[in-house]
Amino acid sequence: MTAPAIELTDLHKNFGATRIIRGVSLRVPAGERHAIIGPNGAGKSTLFNLISGRLTPTSGTVQLNGENVTGLPPHQINRRGVARSFQVTNIFPRLSVWENVRCAVLWSLGYKYAFWRGIEGLADVRERTEIILHAIDLIDRRGVQAGVLAYAEQRALEIGITIAGGAGIILLDEPSAGMSVAEAARAVALIRKVSEGRTLIMIEHDMGVVFDLADRISVLVYGQIIASDVPARIKRDSAVQTAYLGTAA
Amino acid sequence: MSDVASGVANVSARVALSQPGAAAVVRLAAPWFALAVAFAILPVIFTSGSALTMLSLMGIMIVFALSYNMLLGETGLLSFGHAVYYGLGGFLVVHAMNTVIHDRLSVPLPVIPLVGGFSGLLFGIIFGSVSTRRAGTAFAMISLGLGELVASSSLILRGFFGGEEGVSTNRTKLLHMFGLNFGPQIQVYYLIAGWCLLSMVAMYALTRTPFGRICNAVRENPERAQFVGYNPRTVRFIAFSLAGLFAGIAGGLAAINFELVNSSEVGAGQSGLVLLAAYIGGIGSFIGPVIGAVLVTWLEVMLSDVTDVWQLYFGLLFIGVVMFAPNGIAGLIMMHAPLWQARAYGSMLRLALTYLVALGPALVLLAGLILVIEMTYHLSVKASEGTAISVFHVALDAASVIPWVAAAILTLGGFWLFRLTWPVVGAAWHEAFAQALGTRIAK
Repeated sequence: MTAPAIELTDLHKNFGATRIIRGVSLRVPAGERHAIIGPNGAGKSTLFNLISGRLTPTSGTVQLNGENVTGLPPHQINRRGVARSFQVTNIFPRLSVWENVRCAVLWSLGYKYAFWRGIEGLADVRERTEIILHAIDLIDRRGVQAGVLAYAEQRALEIGITIAGGAGIILLDEPSAGMSVAEAARAVALIRKVSEGRTLIMIEHDMGVVFDLADRISVLVYGQIIASDVPARIKRDSAVQTAYLGTAA
Repeated sequence: MSDVASGVANVSARVALSQPGAAAVVRLAAPWFALAVAFAILPVIFTSGSALTMLSLMGIMIVFALSYNMLLGETGLLSFGHAVYYGLGGFLVVHAMNTVIHDRLSVPLPVIPLVGGFSGLLFGIIFGSVSTRRAGTAFAMISLGLGELVASSSLILRGFFGGEEGVSTNRTKLLHMFGLNFGPQIQVYYLIAGWCLLSMVAMYALTRTPFGRICNAVRENPERAQFVGYNPRTVRFIAFSLAGLFAGIAGGLAAINFELVNSSEVGAGQSGLVLLAAYIGGIGSFIGPVIGAVLVTWLEVMLSDVTDVWQLYFGLLFIGVVMFAPNGIAGLIMMHAPLWQARAYGSMLRLALTYLVALGPALVLLAGLILVIEMTYHLSVKASEGTAISVFHVALDAASVIPWVAAAILTLGGFWLFRLTWPVVGAAWHEAFAQALGTRIAK
């Protein structure tokens, strides 16, 4: 049996005396689309920060494809095939859309810190950048400064940067936040397309998006996962309903 | 990793970008060829000895300012100690030259700047490994500390730095090739011009490499760069080391030019000068620091001839740029690029005329300010030399009332007129852009 794409074991994170993550264990098999839901302040983004290396866990381990990566810095974890997006748009604002995506494909194509070869002549870089820009539907906006894009376009670019390196595991932090219904629908289609054949973990508040996309859902409440199951059973789970979904769901 | 291609395979209409062909090569090389020609014929146009000296200084400063912009403009690192690599490059070049002369080694002068480059690179690696672990304010403070460290050691380690008077050399005593002894300034000018061109091409090429682009990414958002696989510390470290290399070449050229290096070359003054040059020119583009280097060198030479307080004017210019043109002179020029691209030559001409209209009051205001500054300076600092001064070749008595009244009228009147003309410029600006954009839509 192959190791799960992501395995968290008894993960804890304290900020001073405040315990944000209180013993999270989670296995996400390769190829699964997994959603993490939960009320504000439950620790969802903190969990992402622990997986992606932005924060170091107080205790517990993070394993990627069976390898222990606990405490590694973000670039090391990224090189092991984990890419993430951010809840608050996190792009290169004064670079063009083209440059944003191109910067994100360079490492995975092996160019690293190369200062001895021209970038314009790299056909594989150009080709991959074009593919990503087509995928996120921003090819016509390639010359525009990323900081002046419309909000939904910036969110699409954020996803583009995240998938550009071809990572096998993708973490999306509220990809549809702040979008109109139509924009959210487009975002779902985009996420479905780009997560094909990969492992996806996403934090999402929009239940429509969650039930539309996720193979499995974990419910995080006060730093603990209270339920982790297929969408149909999560909907019926009484503990989830009282803790989070309320009667509205 | 090819799963992106398969996963997003429904991409049929790939936009075919032009492959870099012969035409692209010509387009890339043409500006550099033009620059080489300009470097070659400049001494034919400006023949005087002082002009030749100034052109040599400009060439050195261009390399230095561009190396500084690899940090500030490209990577977002504000250094207050860049002269360390310039000065140490210079010292090691002088020592290398003296060794070559002493041991009668077969080394010609034109390769000597390499010693400066290697020294700058070496010290860039040593000091960079400490300072680039941090960015932002911490980096700036460490660079300041390292600058002070080296500047103070230069007065302690007299054997290497030569104490107050520095270390001198003789550039004519090295191996002569092609009958060049590098005694005349014209030969030194061409040596500097050659190295300047080479360094400029190299530094420009560097901005168009994967590393160069990642420098921009780290400048914009180091955290995001980290989440696409790059270690910002490594990026900053490489940028810092390479900036040290080119600063060392500039310092080596200066050592050859002056045949003397002293401790001021590694000091805060020199570090401040290169910051000013790069910033005044504009750190947002490659051409900016070049413009800044030329202007600052010219001002340094010309202003110090006509006034003792030239550094005050220099500081005022810097403050003015920071406040009113944060993208520097290059930024001011680039603002007009949309007009140029829209071929709105008529609008540009009208705009230029309004600039001329506003220039008059601005010059009056400037004249008034200069008068106030010069008279204040002579009455306070130079009081012992009497009150008679000469401003713009006009003899004045700084103690009498009339020049002060004149200065006040010029300053206030100039300001008032400038305020009147400024809306005219603004209106012309808006009209020009409206027309330019209009024609573009019409096309």
